[in-house]
Amino acid sequence: MNLALSDEQVFLREAARGALSRFKTLEAAREALDGNESALPDMWPAACEAGWPGLLIDEAHGGAGLDAFDAMLVLGECGRVLAGIPLLGHLPASAICNDSSNGASLLEALATGERRAAYLPASPPSDLSDRWSVDSRGGSERPSAPTATSAGEGAAKVSGKLSFVPDAPGADVLVGVALLDDKPVGVTIEANASGVSIEATTRYDATRSLGHISLKDATATVLDASEESLAAAWYLAQALIAAESLGSVETALDVSVQYAKERHTFGRAIGSYQAVKHSLTEVLRQLENGRSLLYYAGWARHGSPGEFPLAASAARSVGGRALDHAARTMISVHGGIGATWEHDAPLYFRRAQLSRRLLGGTGAATDRVAGELIAQADAA
Amino acid sequence: MDLDDTPEQAAYRAEARAWLDRHAGEAPVLQGPGAIEDEDEIIAARRVWQGKLAEGGLAGVVWPKEYGGQGRGPIEQVICNQEIARAKVPGILDAIGVGMLGPTIIAHGDEDQKGRYLGAMLHGDEVWCQLFSEPAAGSDLAAVQTRARLQEDGSWRLTGQKVWTTNAQFASYGLLLARTDADVPKHKGMTMFIVSMDAPGVTVRGLRQISGEAEFNEVFFDDLAVDAGAVVGGVGNGWGTALTTLMYERVTIGLGGEGLGYNSTRFAGAIAGDEHARRDPEVRHQLGEIASELLAVRFTGYRTLTALQKGQIPGPEAGLAKVTIVNGAIKAGDLIADVQGPDALAEDSEWAYMISFLPGLKSAGGTEEILRNTIGERVLGLPPEPRLDKGIPFSELRSKEGAVA
Repeated sequence: MNLALSDEQVFLREAARGALSRFKTLEAAREALDGNESALPDMWPAACEAGWPGLLIDEAHGGAGLDAFDAMLVLGECGRVLAGIPLLGHLPASAICNDSSNGASLLEALATGERRAAYLPASPPSDLSDRWSVDSRGGSERPSAPTATSAGEGAAKVSGKLSFVPDAPGADVLVGVALLDDKPVGVTIEANASGVSIEATTRYDATRSLGHISLKDATATVLDASEESLAAAWYLAQALIAAESLGSVETALDVSVQYAKERHTFGRAIGSYQAVKHSLTEVLRQLENGRSLLYYAGWARHGSPGEFPLAASAARSVGGRALDHAARTMISVHGGIGATWEHDAPLYFRRAQLSRRLLGGTGAATDRVAGELIAQADAA
Repeated sequence: MDLDDTPEQAAYRAEARAWLDRHAGEAPVLQGPGAIEDEDEIIAARRVWQGKLAEGGLAGVVWPKEYGGQGRGPIEQVICNQEIARAKVPGILDAIGVGMLGPTIIAHGDEDQKGRYLGAMLHGDEVWCQLFSEPAAGSDLAAVQTRARLQEDGSWRLTGQKVWTTNAQFASYGLLLARTDADVPKHKGMTMFIVSMDAPGVTVRGLRQISGEAEFNEVFFDDLAVDAGAVVGGVGNGWGTALTTLMYERVTIGLGGEGLGYNSTRFAGAIAGDEHARRDPEVRHQLGEIASELLAVRFTGYRTLTALQKGQIPGPEAGLAKVTIVNGAIKAGDLIADVQGPDALAEDSEWAYMISFLPGLKSAGGTEEILRNTIGERVLGLPPEPRLDKGIPFSELRSKEGAVA
């Protein structure tokens, strides 16, 4: 049994913290909210230099050959400083290609970051639904994943719509699931192919690049990734956004604790009052629970793949709620100033509100935890 | 990062499993057909079984070999617990003695005490109880009022009351925290004693809880005579000795949460059995939230084990796991009762028992409020609440509180 970080993992995390410290991400986030989106730094070159695009790609194809937990460490560091690096889109996409024997041609360019991929997120069937579904705008029922028609050996034409896809704007290639004769298959689609439209958008949190994607008979290459691998990409995305959220919780807690030690009322530091102390330990409690679930997800992806959906969904559920709670606590511990434009707390609050609604939302992840456990109970 | 046994751990697991395979038939049956029903017979049978587990090396796994233990690490202790659970046989009866009080005596006791008491404790020949909490000393344990007065011949006389004492009704000995000097600040005037529970002057009374069962006792001491050799860790050093016990209590709770049966699999099973509830979005949402947190605690336990294996001592943050487990189980009990209706509250329902047990558990092993204070101060580094008892002799403090000293 060993659930500690290895020396290499500690180094990876410290190196990430160092690389990200060269950017003024929080200032840029505030400026971008004021309408100056050009203030957001292009951090992709720094990510490429650090080798992050190839984290989950085998060494034989130019990647680092690392696992989900290592990627979560990097995403956690991004979350700490609200860095908008498009890894949430790139990494699950790279994992699907890495799992496909015919995805190899793309892998080296994805590993170096010379080409950037965006993942087309599709939620796998559950105990209550046998459909693959995607995020949409409004409406109660989630639409089905894009459909494909065969267009000769290894090729297909793909049609469908996905909304609020993380990191889609500016991606070179889209990778995800399409339904070919009702069977899920992995597909790669060139972003500049005819029939592909990506409408860039932001919502509430300017650091997060999103795109509405429309595919109309877009030419796609069909990958031979297994259905398990396609589902695992969804859960990987859940684990990554959980890790990113928990990184943001770390900062929210650090800043709040620091302030609670310095700010005095009625002759003593506010952190000495139980009301404040207990609300900060609640943030810590949720953070520690989230961290433990990141270990679970990191271990399960290869250590016990059958548990990966449960582990990653639980991490997402706890991570999403933890960030919402941490951001609200950050604001209330700081008092009125915490709710103003002067302070960083609103940036974390905005991140919390948007993140919880992306990639199916934390509510769906919570439901998935229940579904996985009910299925386990049925099997027992 | 892995959850696998090392080759040495795998060998230990195989050894434990082989012993259990050979001896499981000798274990007392406590549930189902053929179960022993008489309370006294259950205790007697479990004591015998603890002796066998000790012979087989499945009790006192982390105790040093010279005191009859296995001299192994906390991981092996967990492996042992897992194998006992897997074999569906009871574990040791005296988990408090072997898990917390024995290690305290090993750390602070003298050679006479170690030689006299440890072997009989480990084998279940003499069961122990922990006599720390009092009606007016729980969260503020250093406020104990049980008074030990030194006699001219060097012996002591003890008078006072203890409460929440598990196993006192059949314990042979207890480890008791008493005040020996009321004229110094409260943390300084205490001493730890070993007391015989069968001696004249000791009265044990069962304390019934919400479920109607008496799982704890209150214990009264009326001028109990204790000889000088009963002091553990030196006169006036009672607080330091008690902290050792409390540290082992944290380890026990940190590693034992799963053992309480408050886990996501069990709760999901109760929901899965209801055709309507298992499809109800609100029920699923609540189950998902509860289960996620309980799953987290399982891996927090593995993180604690990893730290223990590296020789680190678990800090107060282990208390957060207790908060999560208790509150998660309370919500689960509530959810299951909502789904099952009044049947969940039937006399023989496992859920009725759990629902009744949990409000008390919220205060056991440190109330949630005290745990959050300690964690806020020791982990987050927040300033402490101003204290009005610092440096004040205990006797003055008592008169300020308006109590009769």
